[in-house]
Amino acid sequence: MAEASIEPTARQGLMYSEYLDRFRRSSEFVVIPLLALVASAALFSLFLMLVGKSPVEFFSLVWRGGFGTGFSWQNTLVRASPLIFAALCVAIPARLGMVVIGGEGALILGGFAAGAIAIPLVPIASNVLVMPAMFLAAAIAGGVWIGFVGWLRHYRGINETISSLLLFYIATSVLNFFVEGALRDPSDPNKPSTAPIGAENMIGPIPGTSVHWGLAFGVIACLLVWVLMNRTTFGFAARLTGGNVRAAQGQGLPVGKLVLVSCALAGALAGIAGYFEVAAIHGKANASLIAGYGFTGILVSFLARHNPLAIIPVAIMLGGIASSGGLVQRRMDLPDATVLVLQGMMFLVLLVSETMYGRLPFFKPKGTT
Amino acid sequence: MGDDAGFTTVLFAMIAGAIRVSTPFLFVSLGECLTEKSGRINLGLEGTLVFGAMSAYAISYQTGSPWLGVVVAGIAGMMFGAIHGFICKLPKVNDIAVGIAMMLFGTGLAFFFGKAYIQPAAPRLPSISLGWWSDDPQVRQALDVNPLFLVGIVLAIVLWWGFRNTRLGLIVRTTGDSAPAALALGVNVNVVRFLATAVGGFFAGVGGAFLSLYYPGSWTEGLSSGQGLMAVALVIFARWNPLACFGAALLFGAAGALGPALQSIGISRGYHFFNAAPYLMTLAIMILSISPKRSLKGAPGELSITK
Repeated sequence: MAEASIEPTARQGLMYSEYLDRFRRSSEFVVIPLLALVASAALFSLFLMLVGKSPVEFFSLVWRGGFGTGFSWQNTLVRASPLIFAALCVAIPARLGMVVIGGEGALILGGFAAGAIAIPLVPIASNVLVMPAMFLAAAIAGGVWIGFVGWLRHYRGINETISSLLLFYIATSVLNFFVEGALRDPSDPNKPSTAPIGAENMIGPIPGTSVHWGLAFGVIACLLVWVLMNRTTFGFAARLTGGNVRAAQGQGLPVGKLVLVSCALAGALAGIAGYFEVAAIHGKANASLIAGYGFTGILVSFLARHNPLAIIPVAIMLGGIASSGGLVQRRMDLPDATVLVLQGMMFLVLLVSETMYGRLPFFKPKGTT
Repeated sequence: MGDDAGFTTVLFAMIAGAIRVSTPFLFVSLGECLTEKSGRINLGLEGTLVFGAMSAYAISYQTGSPWLGVVVAGIAGMMFGAIHGFICKLPKVNDIAVGIAMMLFGTGLAFFFGKAYIQPAAPRLPSISLGWWSDDPQVRQALDVNPLFLVGIVLAIVLWWGFRNTRLGLIVRTTGDSAPAALALGVNVNVVRFLATAVGGFFAGVGGAFLSLYYPGSWTEGLSSGQGLMAVALVIFARWNPLACFGAALLFGAAGALGPALQSIGISRGYHFFNAAPYLMTLAIMILSISPKRSLKGAPGELSITK
């Protein structure tokens, strides 16, 4: 009865303002992080001026070194690829309310597993067998590593932030232990490494570019994780668990399994990042795997508000900043840790900006509600 | 016979290591203990530790006074704690995430300003010899104690006594156990947590000064690999009791000394494995001492990490 009394024009007006409200509300999630980025750039400029350097020169060098030419774009995208995987390793557990920061450990072990399984396989098998075996070994190693973090969290009540970071240190020891010991390639006197996997087992670039396939895999992984988290029962259950564990348990959701599967999936993705580092860049597993991608990935995921689709552009942005590091270092005589300082400031300002949600009048729904 | 000599060498090295290596663990864990008692967690103490180490070394090199370095490291740590405390005070901000950000920011800043101080040698802190009664050089070496170690012991006792017997201790504990109860007592919860985080940062900064000015005794970028983080885990293990923090710090120090000690008698195989020993031990201790079935004795009720 009441519905019938609404005129068609009034109903249209209602829908319009609902649409506008939804737009206002979701634009909040884009505008506030962008404001935070601008504010952190301003803060960093202040920092540069305090140490007597020109912020204008810095940001123009970052632009030139990261995005200015086709060559720098390719460099940026090569760095964005592991960042995407590492950020997914943070974003998936974050949906369940977990802060996992040890993706670097899963990346290292994934790369190591890929390099290690290649040692016995390369002399006896063709690349049709070796490449999938390396890929799987990396995914399994990473999955088990972070899956263990999830197990500790759910079944032993151990804080996942601390345990995952401890496991990162253990992972570096595992890598060094084997690479400098039993699995060291004696024919390479310079840097302790596993035996080279050979050119035929390397994964090549995407045709027409010098960017390896890891980027394409990363973008596909982001799309799949988005579908998984937003369009499936699994994702719904995971988000429910993240919202309120007790309520989820009360509903009879298998919280333990959700935690385990999500963490294992997250770790597997980080392990795959390690696979691409070995199979597309280094050609063998060694200490070069410890490059900090896992830690920058934490920042990427937080900047993207743990949204898998937003991870792609954010990873490209931070990949660009990282790849311009060398140029900035040479031209401005700044230490290589400059990028770390900028990243730290971005992270802090972003977290401060969390407090603004729901407080700015512009984003408040104005229509019917 | 040779085995026996090797064994005593390792044993002495581990006792000496427990005394020498434990000091940064002790300071960071006492700082974290104070912060957590007030109901907040500061995971960023790893960054504070590294920055404290860098600033202490830089000041000691510039002024020639290592003790001034210690003070400056403490003040720098206090600033980091104050930033952490200020940001966490804002509504809707997650203290664990802020800790991670402070960890990255602190290490980044330390590496940025510390680049110039990697090479030069700064004056180091003196040590007090407590082994004068023994003729054995190993015993003497083991009992060469840094004054900061003794300060740490006194601090642990003062905190332990203070939490139980003083009005201030009661205010901190109430704030940590129940913010509404503290509010009802007329306590400003935010101010108490802010101060507890800042003072906790001061302790962690001093712990960093020990790293660069006494043992290992120089500034490098790999100076602290996770010691600040292990100290956070150590506080949980010590059940938020400052005296237990001291015991746990000794244990962690001994574990950290295992690798170098074995290397000194020629066992270099598995060096990386023994380097991982402190991390493995932290993890094992957490697995053994935490149960999801019951809440932890002495845990502050407002703490996000134990929920």
